[in-house]
Amino acid sequence: MTSDLRTRPASAAAPEETLRIVPARHPLTWIAAAVVAVLVAMAGHALITNKAFDWPTFTRFVFQKSILEAVALTLELTLFGVVAGFLLGTVLALMRISRNPLLRAVSWTYTWIFRSVPLILQLLFWYNLAILYNEVSFGIPFGPSFVSVGTMSLIPPFLAAGLGLALHQGAYAAEIVRAGFLSVDAGQREAAAALGIPAGRQFRRIVLPQAMRTIVPTAANEIIGLLKATSQVYVMALPELFYQVQVIYTRSGRVIPLLLVATAWYLALTTVLSVAQFSVERHFGRGTQRTLPPTPLQRLRAAWRRA
Amino acid sequence: MSTDYMVDVRGVHKSFGDLTVLDGVDLQVRQGEVTVLLGPSGSGKSTLLRLINHLERADRGFISVGGELMGYRRSGNRLHELKEREILKQRTKIGFVFQNFNLFGHLTVLENVVEAPVSAQRRPRAEAEAEARELLDRVGLADKADQYPRRLSGGQQQRVAIVRALALEPDVLLFDEPTSALDPELVGEVLAVIRDLARTGTTMVVVTHELGFAREVADTVVFLDEGRVVEQGPPADVLDNPRHARTRAFVDKVL
Repeated sequence: MTSDLRTRPASAAAPEETLRIVPARHPLTWIAAAVVAVLVAMAGHALITNKAFDWPTFTRFVFQKSILEAVALTLELTLFGVVAGFLLGTVLALMRISRNPLLRAVSWTYTWIFRSVPLILQLLFWYNLAILYNEVSFGIPFGPSFVSVGTMSLIPPFLAAGLGLALHQGAYAAEIVRAGFLSVDAGQREAAAALGIPAGRQFRRIVLPQAMRTIVPTAANEIIGLLKATSQVYVMALPELFYQVQVIYTRSGRVIPLLLVATAWYLALTTVLSVAQFSVERHFGRGTQRTLPPTPLQRLRAAWRRA
Repeated sequence: MSTDYMVDVRGVHKSFGDLTVLDGVDLQVRQGEVTVLLGPSGSGKSTLLRLINHLERADRGFISVGGELMGYRRSGNRLHELKEREILKQRTKIGFVFQNFNLFGHLTVLENVVEAPVSAQRRPRAEAEAEARELLDRVGLADKADQYPRRLSGGQQQRVAIVRALALEPDVLLFDEPTSALDPELVGEVLAVIRDLARTGTTMVVVTHELGFAREVADTVVFLDEGRVVEQGPPADVLDNPRHARTRAFVDKVL
């Protein structure tokens, strides 16, 4: 059987240089592509021609000052939530893997509570914190206090919203960071310990950078999620993007174009974040792949050269 | 406690749960000597090695390296457990080479080698780098300094791991089956490096299954079985004229 196979091409007797490779044809793929192209064209057409979308109003508002300020506030809230949330998450993750059972239990309980309660509810709690505790005092625990500050002045609305987002995000970030730690081979820690590298340095220089490879894709998901979650801050009457478009359309009655304004901005911001994710992943991928994947720009240039 | 020995293991016991891994082991290694630990898998060789640099803590018994008690500080009749920071400091005097290399994958070869001298011994980076390049040159890897470990063959990675251990200028080198994870044709290049170190008088404890290498390089061969030292002596005695039936059975099987 094998000898048969081996002799057959030779008996076919075509000199090798005349052989031509014919690529396999995929007619079904072509048909599917054509159908999808038509559907996309229809959707685009509907978007442009339907008067109800009211594109002139869209263009009038999309770069309006109040909208731009709202976008800035949305970004600030996202940034605050992400930075504070992931700092908190890292601490919680470290507590969770610590040897101390009390720290482990506190971390677990925190994650349990803050993952269980809907964000919008948590935000309302923070908004109304002054009703629960109308004074915050600093002093000896259970002992005398040195300074007392009214809750309202200590925690202005922006901080309340930012903290609400961060505390909620921290619970999720804790699990993401912990998964990152677990993904690093135990041998890496062991080698670092055997070399006598100080504990803090083991964490920052050896474990964390390698954990980042696992953390970044999930974290990017969370950051994009948080960007959109800032829209729930409207319950605190903070003029972020979603709140602002609502204010404008309740006044002018032009609901759809203003919802489109918000949509466009969320799309644009998410695009920026996705591009950032790509370069961050590339940075932490050092040493894991034999050659780094090309950046979109490099890919574009390569395609240009080929054409 | 005697301080004549570079490595001095006295009456060490270690168990993991119900499993007794080491059951009263003594081991003495003089400066400049090469000791090879042999034994069937599960005999406690690797655990003994990990106890020496305190990656594991002994249940009973004591280990000193270079005359210094590992993991404890003695004052009068009391032994105080050392803090993590002090244990890490003790470990810089002991080089450890792992079976799976455990190179830091996100750091280049050079960064792997200078990491501990810079962060644990606080040596100036430039000086550490110059020395690292010299050591890499010695094992024939001068041109790989700026590569990431995954681009190297297993044999090259293990040679980098040896250089990384040497960069701390340790008093003792411990090898945990340094060639077991390698393709057969790559074993030789790693053994050649270890042989070279033996010739220059480096104190070493090597866990290996390479009997030929043991015969050639070891001053002392120690045969462990079921957590005890069954037999020890010069390779000519232990490998060629074993006194114990268990040693004989092992040697016959491996050869």
